Amino acid sequence: MEQIFETQRLSFQYQTEPGVSGALVLKEIDLSIESGSFVAIVGHNGSGKSTLAKLSNGILLPTGGKVYVEGLDTMDRTLLLEIRRRVGVVFQNPDNQIVSNLVEDDVAFAPENLGLPPEDIRRRVDAALKAVDMYDYRLHAPHLLSGGQKQRVAIAGIIAMRPRLIVLDEPTAMLDPQGRKEVIDTVKQLCREHGITVALITHHMNECIDADRLVVLSDGEIVLDGTPVHVFTQVEKLSELGLAPPETTALLFALGQMGLNVPLDALDVTACAQTIYDSISK
Amino acid sequence: MLKDITLGQYFPGNTFIHRLDPRTKLLMTIVYLVCVFTARTPIAFGVVALYLAIMIIVSNVKLRLLLRGMKPLIFLLALTGTLNLFLTPGEPLVSIWRLSISREGIEWAIMLILRITMMITGSFILTYTTPPMALTDGIESLMRPLKRIGVPAHELAMIMSIALRFIPTLLEETDRIMRAQKARGASFDTGNIIQRGRAMLPILLPLFISAFRRAEELAVAMESRCYHDGEGRTRMRALQYSRDDALTGLIGLLLLGSIITLRVTGL
Repeated sequence: MEQIFETQRLSFQYQTEPGVSGALVLKEIDLSIESGSFVAIVGHNGSGKSTLAKLSNGILLPTGGKVYVEGLDTMDRTLLLEIRRRVGVVFQNPDNQIVSNLVEDDVAFAPENLGLPPEDIRRRVDAALKAVDMYDYRLHAPHLLSGGQKQRVAIAGIIAMRPRLIVLDEPTAMLDPQGRKEVIDTVKQLCREHGITVALITHHMNECIDADRLVVLSDGEIVLDGTPVHVFTQVEKLSELGLAPPETTALLFALGQMGLNVPLDALDVTACAQTIYDSISK
Repeated sequence: MLKDITLGQYFPGNTFIHRLDPRTKLLMTIVYLVCVFTARTPIAFGVVALYLAIMIIVSNVKLRLLLRGMKPLIFLLALTGTLNLFLTPGEPLVSIWRLSISREGIEWAIMLILRITMMITGSFILTYTTPPMALTDGIESLMRPLKRIGVPAHELAMIMSIALRFIPTLLEETDRIMRAQKARGASFDTGNIIQRGRAMLPILLPLFISAFRRAEELAVAMESRCYHDGEGRTRMRALQYSRDDALTGLIGLLLLGSIITLRVTGL
């Protein structure tokens, strides 16, 4: 498979004051993302995951190593627009990403910046709003929408750019459970139905269950990398890192410790119930 | 309570004036204001007032709304009127103690009150019939020629539209901060002006800090969406003049022409 995004020995440190560098936030990370896949990146606060999002489209530049987007080096400032139209980043707070007081004008912002002809912009805006199921709200004022709706507008604003990869930096952190579900469902749908590569940065393990791959960051290093089942079943390692596995895995693990012989790989609730039933009736 | 504040009040509609290009409306407002301040004689004022009346009728703006908009200005009108009434030099008609009212004074007072009223009413018609975003688009487009002499037309328009976008967000935030302060015993509506002013400080400080944080995040989000500057940027809704705009422009020229003629001939 084609690699859409690649970091090579990527390191980053913030400057605490001019000339003085702080601690390494990312330490020689090698991470490649396959085209069309849904990758979840988890880690607790300070693990460097938000920094990684800002490095992915050249908002921040590596202090060591390289970031390549479809082979384009983010250090090359002449490629900046080419890189940013390929990697769309959605941030945490939808209020601070929306630039216009009309939904469809906001979604049009990126294509307008790209200098597309008005008819093309119109088409992209309509398609993007339909993809996130917000087309009926195109003439609304964003500040009157719910949190989940606002974040979906922000996502539409990114996909109107037609990026190859969408990076979402904790898009559900400010949302209520309903909004969280709306956004995660939208993200999954974009990946599965529209073929957009997704990198979802989060600290909610439950949001990663359907990912193709789960990468765990801790203190600027990749500590676990594999399918969600592979990662979640390493319950002890996760709790060492201060991360909780999804409730289903936690339950199966607890049962296992009490002596019940259950496999840990059932992630959704129905499968989990079935696993417990099977092992009891055996 | 802060929710009541609306800026750039726009009342949706689909009249001839609502449908005009925002640039036409901006230019017409300027022409109209020039006329208001050029008119001197009753006939000239009559012509301008007729034009204003036609605009009000065509735009279907409720008189009640116009009057409500004038309310905060009553004091200003009364003050200007009174000062002009007494302080304009001329032949005294009535003298009370050391104050005297002259014929010229009466004329000036009436004229100034008329001018201010007409100026404000005319500008209201612009903001009542044009969405704020259309106004900023219009201003950007009209200022584009000034780019050559270094006026950052696009940046100014972008600043205006982002300000409009964040007014409701910041009002909401102010409301939240005030409620948080009240929950901890702060009081904003007791005490004299100085005490009230000082009570506002703990609101403004967090508000400013949060506004700066928002600005930083917004800048990053805008850059992530390929914003560089106005260069090479296109618009989804391109402004387009229509036949109605040409007709309106003609009316504007006619108005300006007649007012200037009246002024020159002294009628």
